Amino acid sequence: MSVTKPLSHDAAQMHVTGSARYVDDIPSPKGTLHLAFGLSPIARGHITGMHLSDVQQSPGVVAVLTAKGLPFSNDVSPSIHDEPLLAAGTVNYVGQPVFLVAADSHRNARIAARKGRVDYAEEPALLTLDAALAADSRFEEGPRIYQKGDAATAIANAPRTVEGTFELGGQEHFYLEGQAAMAWPQEDGGMHVFSSTQHPTEIQHKVADAIGLPMHSVRVETRRMGGGFGGKESQGNALAVACAVTARLTGKPCKMRYDRDDDMVITGKRHAFRISYRAGFDRDGHLQGVEFLHLVDCGWAQDLSLPVADRAMLHADNAYLIPNVRIESHRLRTNRQSATAYRGFGGPQGMVGIERVMDHIAHDLRLDPAELRRRNYYAAPAEGGSAPPSPRDTSGKRKDNSTPYGMEVTDFELHGMTADLLRSSDYAARKAAIAKWNAGQTHLKRGIAFSPVKFGISFTLTHLNQAGALVHVYQDGSVHLNHGGTEMGQGLFQKVAQVAASRFGIPLEKVKITATDTGKVPNTSATAASSGSDLNGMAVKAACDTIRDRMAEHLALQHQASPGDVVFENGKVRIGQDEMTFDKAAAACYQGRVSLSATGFYKTPKVEWDRIKGQGRPFYYFAYGAAVTEVAVDALTGENRILRADILHDAGASLNPALDIGQIEGGYVQGAGWLTTEELVWDEAGRLRTHAPSTYKIPACSDRPDVFNVALYDGRNREDTIYRSKAVGEPPFMLGISAWLALSDAVSAFGTDYPALNAPATAEEVWRAIRRVRDGI
Amino acid sequence: MALTFRLNGEDVRIADADPSATLLDWLREEKGLTGTKEGCNEGDCGACTVMVTDSRGAKALNACILFLPQLQGKSVRTVEGAAGPDGTLHPVQQAMVDHHGSQCGFCTPGFIMSMVTAHTNGATDFDDQLAGNLCRCTGYAPIIRAAEAAKGAPVPDWIAQDAPFLLPEKSRGEAAGRGAAPPSGKPEAAPPLCPASADELAELYAANPDATLVAGATDVGLWVTKQLRHLPQMIVLDGCADLKDIEVTDSTVRIGAMVDMNALRAAMQPLHPSFAEMLRRFASQQIRAAATVGGNIANGSPIGDTPPALIALNATVHLRKGDDRRELPLEDFFFDYGKQDRAPGEFVEAVSFPRQPDRLKVYKLSKRFDQDISAVLGAFNVTVEDGTITAARIAYGGMAGIPKRAANTEAALAGQPWAEASIQAAAAVLDQDFTPMSDMRASAVYRLETARNMLLRYFAERNGQPVSVLEVKP
Repeated sequence: MSVTKPLSHDAAQMHVTGSARYVDDIPSPKGTLHLAFGLSPIARGHITGMHLSDVQQSPGVVAVLTAKGLPFSNDVSPSIHDEPLLAAGTVNYVGQPVFLVAADSHRNARIAARKGRVDYAEEPALLTLDAALAADSRFEEGPRIYQKGDAATAIANAPRTVEGTFELGGQEHFYLEGQAAMAWPQEDGGMHVFSSTQHPTEIQHKVADAIGLPMHSVRVETRRMGGGFGGKESQGNALAVACAVTARLTGKPCKMRYDRDDDMVITGKRHAFRISYRAGFDRDGHLQGVEFLHLVDCGWAQDLSLPVADRAMLHADNAYLIPNVRIESHRLRTNRQSATAYRGFGGPQGMVGIERVMDHIAHDLRLDPAELRRRNYYAAPAEGGSAPPSPRDTSGKRKDNSTPYGMEVTDFELHGMTADLLRSSDYAARKAAIAKWNAGQTHLKRGIAFSPVKFGISFTLTHLNQAGALVHVYQDGSVHLNHGGTEMGQGLFQKVAQVAASRFGIPLEKVKITATDTGKVPNTSATAASSGSDLNGMAVKAACDTIRDRMAEHLALQHQASPGDVVFENGKVRIGQDEMTFDKAAAACYQGRVSLSATGFYKTPKVEWDRIKGQGRPFYYFAYGAAVTEVAVDALTGENRILRADILHDAGASLNPALDIGQIEGGYVQGAGWLTTEELVWDEAGRLRTHAPSTYKIPACSDRPDVFNVALYDGRNREDTIYRSKAVGEPPFMLGISAWLALSDAVSAFGTDYPALNAPATAEEVWRAIRRVRDGI
Repeated sequence: MALTFRLNGEDVRIADADPSATLLDWLREEKGLTGTKEGCNEGDCGACTVMVTDSRGAKALNACILFLPQLQGKSVRTVEGAAGPDGTLHPVQQAMVDHHGSQCGFCTPGFIMSMVTAHTNGATDFDDQLAGNLCRCTGYAPIIRAAEAAKGAPVPDWIAQDAPFLLPEKSRGEAAGRGAAPPSGKPEAAPPLCPASADELAELYAANPDATLVAGATDVGLWVTKQLRHLPQMIVLDGCADLKDIEVTDSTVRIGAMVDMNALRAAMQPLHPSFAEMLRRFASQQIRAAATVGGNIANGSPIGDTPPALIALNATVHLRKGDDRRELPLEDFFFDYGKQDRAPGEFVEAVSFPRQPDRLKVYKLSKRFDQDISAVLGAFNVTVEDGTITAARIAYGGMAGIPKRAANTEAALAGQPWAEASIQAAAAVLDQDFTPMSDMRASAVYRLETARNMLLRYFAERNGQPVSVLEVKP
């Protein structure tokens, strides 16, 4: 069977030879125009005049567009129509597209775009959370509040409490391939769009609105992205719409790709948070009540901020049963780039909140932080049961094992995983050795930390939990497959092809997946929320099984057998005593006038919840992981480094262990980068100063842990997912939190106070924290 | 200009090359070779890495900031030419497939070419070889596994054949059609001047003092790709072989202006290993293979990493205009931010410093260890005789508008006993030397305090204590 095999990425051979095509590599027709945006240099104000004649006259320029010149909808928002393609009257951040240039080359378009002169009446910009809060500048009418029990009373009655506030910075996606799109105008006014997007259907929808045609007139194709990480869920809309509108106007194919600096200045990033907390607990460290206040920097437009902020609240418990909890979330509107989806979608921020609380409590009680965490874990499910009822306590009352949003945790794997990882990583002995080593050092200290991950799988916007597929079996036995998911490096195409090969019992080489195409599979959801293989794998399975059943029925009839006796395996079809190759079987079915093409559809069962109340079952299941990280820090400079990471991660019954381990290694390093070197800096005028890799530092090769042990937890999904696998795209990102906690541990070795680290813990932040702990500065 | 080089084993002649066209744009837009990717267009991500071979060997270079005239007479190999003519994968390509080294695949061609170059050169310090290639998907672990797996394989024939260069360096100037009329259709861009020696350069630059000198183009490249500037007249220095020498005598070390950072690093390793270690962290393999000592000095950046180290070594800069030569202490070359003691038509010919016992320590502080611009760079050269500090040369980058000596701090050390109290006292006066600024790399207070702490680190390191997290092993 093809599933469970550690096969290479389907395009690996093309990647290493340079033949894999990305949008900018697609040969463009002669006469293709190249687009660039003119950007707002101010953070907030009204446009009072536009002087674009120099732009018009710049070499190679064919067209210049402003909001007034747009034929239909001036909107690229994925949510509430608050994000114009081109600024209409007002600008709301430095970098907002104000006008659009089409020229004969990418360079000429860029040169021309810098020649625009736009007059603004500037207004005071809201550039901090405090400023936004003071101005009551927010999305939704007020804060969202999720609660369980009575946190305030529980904290008031608790033997001990901790409290604090910290900053948690955003993150640039830094997909290596910048945003890109190309539109080819069609004979009937329709548009064929190539887009580097995680969400072809949304591109189709936005383009259709922008050119005033039904969705059927727009076909969007996405073969692959050079990285997405959430940054291509909605941020590609502007480029595709710009291309389509300009193509409609000029009749020419149009291509747009952002220069890296433009990309970083224009597009949204991970939401920055300020998190305040109060926690009450007993002397053994059992949580009694926790309160969180999330101040969320959503930037200027709503984009996906509401579900992002919701998901942060839904992960404020992480792996811990909190008897009384209250989470208050303010979605603040500031004059910065509109924050957007980023791997984890708010989950990481929520999780960092509770992990900070656990770290603080362990410091307060001088208790081993791993032990403290285990004491507060959700209860394990009864052995053998797939979804057992909650255990009952001695009084016969059902014991609480529910999340702050009222969902029973019935698949909690972390007790066993934690024991396994602490053993395999030699946590206790290393912790003792580190303490001993630290005692002999002046400027250098080491630290070690454990952290768990429990991440909810499903789109919290419940209707998105659906997927479609289209499968053709040709008369030579080869199989062509399309589904609604997009390939951004995660290996989705390979995993789904493995599913199809397994259903038909044929070698993987027989299965071909081509570009995701809205003309093949309609009404798709974004490839997001880690859902790609869960949803599309099931949809493909359904389509394959439909065809297989038709083939079985026909072949059974031909061979006087019953359809139930027809077996597809090892490239053969066995019908009772008879056997033929799959190719022959396909030919026979074609001859027998059997339809060898089918669609498949899947919708996730069991999910239903009320996001306003914060009650119900938003997730089908949870994915789990655990990590132990060791670091070293230098008090003189704050320089720090990851020495070793040990990871045990739950991918259920893995569809492809090699691809899953790739997600885990990459997710960990990206998560650790978010919390260490990746610092976004805006100046007082609201200009992003870290707008290129020269100033924004994602992890480089030597930043990976010296020792990096990654293993998959040997388990099966307790819910009925595709071959009992689990989603793996986002959850490992949060394993990187252990690096931040290890830094906290190392800093705490310099004194007695709690380090109270902010994130990212850059060298400067670590240096500041050491001064706080050691010198009280 | 007319240009000849070898591309993936085939000779290429371009009759009318745009001198400020980058190799990346030419490959993608003119040749349709789209395997080489644009990730950042500033030499910081490595997605555009190609292998360039000349008489000095194979180098990985960033095609996005490599001008076509810099390729005259060299061999270029792109990802499309990594595999053999019959499609046989290069060992590093096969290893990348086998070890799952690609995910989204966009950085992969650049990694492949860095790995091919390292493999060709027998280099196995993969963290350094690949520091200039960013990957956002894999966390690098499988890429390193692939590099390790492929390291023992023989260099394939089709790669080995790149080794002989096409044209001797000396003849490049002529081959470039120096002095020819501007090509038709592009009257605004004069053909680049391509001197073949320092003497030719002196003559050409004196006659064309407004021309842009192009050494490694790691800075000038960004003028074109990011500032979108037009360079009406370039002087491409690559042919000036006599500026690429490093002379080490009993008394002096003299480094030609066109010595690249990798060559400098190799030369410093036996003399001043801490300088060499700093150079290991200077940008990336690709940038070091292009960036020159002369460029790093002459552009006058306050955050160039070699000037503070050279100043601490008591270096002299050698300037030349036409046949007039002069020399001055390197610290005097830098007047103010953006202003240096260099006349129109005058260029840096070399930098030299006296041979001396190695007391130099250079500390580079940046957000990321590899391939990052310094927030603070400190260089310390303190002479201790019989327990007393007899001389101190201390210079910093990132602390002022120019690379600058810490005169008050040096004075505070002179004559004092070599003891922590002396160091503390000297560090206390560092704020008389510097008033650093806050920016996206670091705050003013952090810069000042860590600059002070670097003195303590120097004291600790000279006394044999561990001082770097890079030395801590798991």
